[in-house]
Amino acid sequence: MPTLAPVPQTSSMPSEAAPAAAPSAGLEIIVPARGKSSAPAWFLEKAAAAWSNFQSLPVPGLKDEAWRYSNAKKIALSTYQPAAAANEHLEAEAVAASSGLAETAARFVFVNDRLVVAETDRLPAGVICLPFEEALQSQAALLQQHFMQREMTLGSAKFAALHLAHVRAGLVILVPKGIAIEQPIEVFHWIAAEHAAIFPHTLIVTEDNADVTVVDHYRTLKAETGLSLAVADLVAGKGSRIRYIACQELGDKAQAMHLSSTVTARDAQVKNFQVQLGAEFSRSESVSDLLGEGSHSDMLSVALPTGDQIVDQRTLQNHKAPHATSDLLYKNALYGKSRSIFSGLITVDKEAHFTDAYQTCRNLLNSDEAEATSLPGLEINADQVKCSHGATSGPISDEELFYLKARGITDGESRKLIVEGFLADALAKLGNGPIADMVVSRIHEKLILAV
Amino acid sequence: MVTAPDSTLVPEANDISDIKADNTGNFTFPERNKFDSGFGITSKTIDYISDVKGDPDWVREFRHKALKVFQDKPMPTHWATKDLENIHFDEFRYYLSDGQKPKRSWDDVPEDVKKTFDRLGIPEQERKFLAGVEAQYDSEAAYSNIKAAVAEQGVIFVNSSEGLKEHPEIFKKWFGKVIPTGDNKFSALNSAVFSGGSFIYVPPGVKVKHPLQAYFRINSEQFGQFERTLIICDEGSEVMYMEGCTAPKFETATLHSAVVELVALKGAKIQYVTVQNWSSNVFNLVTKRGIAMEDAEVRWIDCNIGSRLTMKYPGVIMKGKRARGEVISIALANSGQHQDTGAKMVHAADDTTSNVISKSISIGEGRATYRGLVHIPKHLKGCKNNTECDALLINTNSRTDTYPAISVRGNQHSTQHEASVSQVSADQIFYLMQRGLSEAEAMSLSVNGFINDLVKEFPMEYSVELKRLIDLEMEDSVG
Repeated sequence: MPTLAPVPQTSSMPSEAAPAAAPSAGLEIIVPARGKSSAPAWFLEKAAAAWSNFQSLPVPGLKDEAWRYSNAKKIALSTYQPAAAANEHLEAEAVAASSGLAETAARFVFVNDRLVVAETDRLPAGVICLPFEEALQSQAALLQQHFMQREMTLGSAKFAALHLAHVRAGLVILVPKGIAIEQPIEVFHWIAAEHAAIFPHTLIVTEDNADVTVVDHYRTLKAETGLSLAVADLVAGKGSRIRYIACQELGDKAQAMHLSSTVTARDAQVKNFQVQLGAEFSRSESVSDLLGEGSHSDMLSVALPTGDQIVDQRTLQNHKAPHATSDLLYKNALYGKSRSIFSGLITVDKEAHFTDAYQTCRNLLNSDEAEATSLPGLEINADQVKCSHGATSGPISDEELFYLKARGITDGESRKLIVEGFLADALAKLGNGPIADMVVSRIHEKLILAV
Repeated sequence: MVTAPDSTLVPEANDISDIKADNTGNFTFPERNKFDSGFGITSKTIDYISDVKGDPDWVREFRHKALKVFQDKPMPTHWATKDLENIHFDEFRYYLSDGQKPKRSWDDVPEDVKKTFDRLGIPEQERKFLAGVEAQYDSEAAYSNIKAAVAEQGVIFVNSSEGLKEHPEIFKKWFGKVIPTGDNKFSALNSAVFSGGSFIYVPPGVKVKHPLQAYFRINSEQFGQFERTLIICDEGSEVMYMEGCTAPKFETATLHSAVVELVALKGAKIQYVTVQNWSSNVFNLVTKRGIAMEDAEVRWIDCNIGSRLTMKYPGVIMKGKRARGEVISIALANSGQHQDTGAKMVHAADDTTSNVISKSISIGEGRATYRGLVHIPKHLKGCKNNTECDALLINTNSRTDTYPAISVRGNQHSTQHEASVSQVSADQIFYLMQRGLSEAEAMSLSVNGFINDLVKEFPMEYSVELKRLIDLEMEDSVG
């Protein structure tokens, strides 16, 4: 029986301490009760339904195909409580540590799901970019149309329901027709208490020919044992572009889940880039529904698990319209006793003729005990389709190593260079620029610690 | 009373030469079974089979235990096709035979059975290029013979019932060890009611020059065939085994659920060739696995053309150093068919290598699925796997799926997997038609080109047959 009971949320004021922050033993399950001032009735209803849904759904078992080679019980739900507000010192510390991009169009910092920093003055006029709780008040129509509308098919329906029942932090973004936001919108989500669970949400909606880049950071302040259960919905209108980067760097006692879904209208282009560096267990589920002709979806990921870390990746490229293309590239460099599980599927519907869909997962095994599992899948029902998938697992090749060493580079340094080059492949698809540089420096930092 | 699906197809005594190629296998003779276990499966069925076959006690006990496992196991529909739910176990008969021992000479085989195999060309092939033949008719072998020269080398080639009675010292050691009863629901079913199949033992150092062949024939309606094959190749020996199969097309479903276990001891080499051409009412749910010891090699060469639903994933457990496993698979799925095939490669020793090459063709509304597993566990080094699967879609409503699973531990191995899906391009067809071929011929030529490099792996006689079968399947697919 899960004991992750929702905290009555009466307001978003950071000073309010939640009663459920006490030790979890004997916690009662309470239907999420949010204050009248903080959420409209339709949302409370939805959240209550999600809560009972969460309670009735079983924890996925070992025989569940969507959890093959993984284990849903790794997410120790009973040990977490919804994060209570952190004190001012911790908040200040988190704000100070929120280092990311030098230039942004907007910047937000959430600590334990409470908004601490919101800089929005550099956004073009007309763009809606609101913290979730504020959006609940003013953007009911937008939320009702797009907020968690997609059924979770990759195995985490239970966790998505829990997210919905507890969500209070994150952003709701609507970029109107024709507006291109040049600089990225950057968001930091911090866990700053032991056994705290946060539920960050990101909803990005672009109208025709709009263009936006959003970066989500997930971090722990002092390597706390915590859970980040994040959901991101990307809805790309005709001819629009969305670049979304989720950069997960939680401490290695924490657990992370990131459930994202992409919907593309005609000629839209979406890049969803997952960076998995932290957490003892991290699971990402990414779905791309290609609904519009000529649309394109890039699904990219780099992961660098070390020690006992487990990276669990599930993807679905769902082609429903003709002439759409999708490209997936997941790169994992494994160290220590770490494990990676990649399970991807391309489905091509009967009507989706002239589809081009590619899926590649590459695992670089850098230790004797690292383990990589790949389950690349295809389901093709259409004609005139070009589809392929590839999966490889192997060590650094001797020739590459020899080439570098012959030029006087030490063994350790050579290996590091090769690993960075291996991961950079996926970054290249993101395009050069400050975001790629930022990700490279985060990878570099972890590599120095790891090796 | 079972009659021919089309009574005109029942051959007269001397019409073998008149049979047209396109109805291979689609004919039947009236049943004259002395032993019939009746419909459904209970412990009484098991006792009936054991009584008829005169099983030793340990076999009877083995069957009863297996029945329990079969009844307890759920259908694997959480990952497999829902079509499995259309199998109604109480609508099959699990044992049918005329109660006669397998004959050593075709002259002693009952006339209609002989005619059946004549029509399928078995005695002719035997004379031409085989070292031994076993022909199974429903539950029991009708004919079983091995050439004297091969028998003199100490090679044992009998059916499984004879094997377990006459060679228990070798049989018992490996029986059910490669594929335990509880491996899956259908291996448990087979373990409960198995009958027929081959038992082969090749002594150390003996290399059987010509292939041994088994032919499985289903003649009766609403019947399940459960042959059990065990092949043991002792140190340094080699054998090639080929199996073929057909059944008439009945209105009702037929079940075929075999278990095949191969054991290649140190340095031995086993090649197992299957050309599966069941009629499109047969559920073909087969478990096949081999163990390869040090320096040994197990190769599965598998071609699936017939059946309604085939689920078959030949596997190799590479237990000794430098062992090698290979699966070469061709699947052809026409409308109403689902070929769910693949391979399992379990690396369990250092420096083992495995190779999987699978090509599938989906025609009409046919569905071809590749499902694979490659497992390289911890503390091993120098293991290599290569997996390639290519799918060809012929019509707009054809379907293909690929679901591999590759698990690698440690940094001293390498695996690669690649899959592609494609069509026969309009350009290709145009090019050929411009040179005077009909559209169907052009399509057939392109398809044969697609699988040509794999067809070469089959023995000559089989590859010719294979090309012909593929041409037949392609006939109505275009236009």
